[in-house]
Amino acid sequence: MHPAPSVIIFSTMSGIGFGLLVWLGLGHPGVTGFSAFVFFVVAYLLAVGGLIASATHLGHPERALKAFTQWRSSWLSREGICAVAALIVMAIYGMGLVFFGSRWGFIGLIGAVLSLGTVFTTAMIYTQLKTVPRWNHYTTPAMFLAFCVSGGALLAGQWSEAFWLLLLTAALQVLVWVRGDTALAQSGTNLATATGLGNMGGVRPFEAPHTGPNYLLREFAFQIGRKHAQTLRIIAFVLAFVLPLLIILLPFNHFLAGVAVISHIAGVFASRWLFFAQAEHVVGLYYGARSV
Amino acid sequence: MTTLPTSTQKKLGLVIDLDTCVGCHACVVSCKGWNTENYGAPLSDQDPYGAVPSGTFLNRVHSYEVQPEQGQAALVHFPKSCLHCEDAPCVTVCPTGASYKRVEDGIVLVNESDCIGCGLCAWACPYGAREMDAEEKVMKKCTLCVDRIYNENLPEVDRVPACVRTCPAGARHFGDFADPESNVSILTAERGGMDLMPEQGTKPVNKYLPPRERDRSEDVDILAPFLDPVASEPKGFMGWLDKALSTMPGGQ
Ligand code: SF4
Ligand code: SF4
Ligand code: SF4
Repeated sequence: MHPAPSVIIFSTMSGIGFGLLVWLGLGHPGVTGFSAFVFFVVAYLLAVGGLIASATHLGHPERALKAFTQWRSSWLSREGICAVAALIVMAIYGMGLVFFGSRWGFIGLIGAVLSLGTVFTTAMIYTQLKTVPRWNHYTTPAMFLAFCVSGGALLAGQWSEAFWLLLLTAALQVLVWVRGDTALAQSGTNLATATGLGNMGGVRPFEAPHTGPNYLLREFAFQIGRKHAQTLRIIAFVLAFVLPLLIILLPFNHFLAGVAVISHIAGVFASRWLFFAQAEHVVGLYYGARSV
Repeated sequence: MTTLPTSTQKKLGLVIDLDTCVGCHACVVSCKGWNTENYGAPLSDQDPYGAVPSGTFLNRVHSYEVQPEQGQAALVHFPKSCLHCEDAPCVTVCPTGASYKRVEDGIVLVNESDCIGCGLCAWACPYGAREMDAEEKVMKKCTLCVDRIYNENLPEVDRVPACVRTCPAGARHFGDFADPESNVSILTAERGGMDLMPEQGTKPVNKYLPPRERDRSEDVDILAPFLDPVASEPKGFMGWLDKALSTMPGGQ
């Protein structure tokens, strides 16, 4: 799949932003007043900034309100509703903390659940697609949620929770990579089933429909070299997990804590980029991509 | 409404005959022509006369080579447009309700004034049947020429999809699959019409007829007996010459 920057920025930033809201909603850290204000500003900048980035990838953003109507069938619609609900509920909860110095625990809990729900529904947009076997698996939402709560814990300064959650997320990430590499082959979809010509013999693309590029090729036929992908995976893994984990083990220091957060976010960016760039859409088969 | 109807009264769709398609791309051109001049946003082109032309098409023709274990490879031309799936994943993912499947005839359509151009439906279609128009920024797909098939302003012979009407080889057939006596149902039954990517679970309405077995050369080669070599062993003067030459150095 084409790794569109708007979608990568959206899912990285809002994932971490909603992760921070989850922790704030649960009362870790139990801040009030001005420091609560600072935490909430950071969380909203990330979450809302991500949502705005994702709206720029729409062809007709002026009609975006219509996207709240089809929650019965559409994960994208559910995501929109969940995101708005989470932001509203957390704003009420944040108001209590900042202006009244009181923690309305029940509202915080609802906000935390809705924030998790937003990340889950985002992940389900990808998971539901049978056309992308690499994504069509329960490990996809598991990984999105793990990234959300571990990144949130890091930002919320919950070091001991962040440590274990980062370890868990790292393990999930490796599992997702290893399983994903054979997902297309195991899906049973190939050029033989795509053309229905498999029982006549070996099928090979002879001529493409057009000599020029088209929407389908631009959107779905993106391919990244195996060597580049391996290098990027190592970079993503070191930045997202290894470095922050090492820093957590060191004695606490504000500068290093900032480094851990920035390194983690950069690592998540690289991982998200790979999530899209390495995803094989079955329509590529018609165009001879990955044909055997 | 992007939930799918549990059943549709008719199941209109196409039968595409891979045996008779000659790969002329006439259906591609007529589809683009009709759907640019009629219903919905026109199908735009980018850089049409430049170095890298690109454009929106609702129907494209691929060509594949099929190599059997023995004998010669076959060339199969492969037209591909929306298959108007019964279990259309492109419809259920749509957040706005712009994509829908009609209860009366099963045609899958996009209401362009509701489409936000998110592209998710194109991600969900395994067949590459949906393309986002780069000019209008809305999703375009085959309409089964809904503005022809019910159009009483057209002569009756033209009330079929443009691609069907234009195909010089008669490789595209239009009809109702819900009726077991229809032309398309009979063709599908007699010729073993098949689904593309059945494992994706989309239950396509359109069916593809597989290429028929080709005549084999030994069945028709009535001239073969006359082409046998006239003499296998040289005799007479030629025989003597052959032997004499073989005895010379380097002769064998
Ligand atoms: S072929 Fe693609 S666009 Fe057409 S109904 Fe099926 S899934 Fe939808
Ligand atoms: S691109 Fe348009 S038709 Fe397709 S899912 Fe998005 S809103 Fe629906
Ligand atoms: S039915 Fe109409 S819109 Fe569909 S491929 Fe044929 S000509 Fe194009």
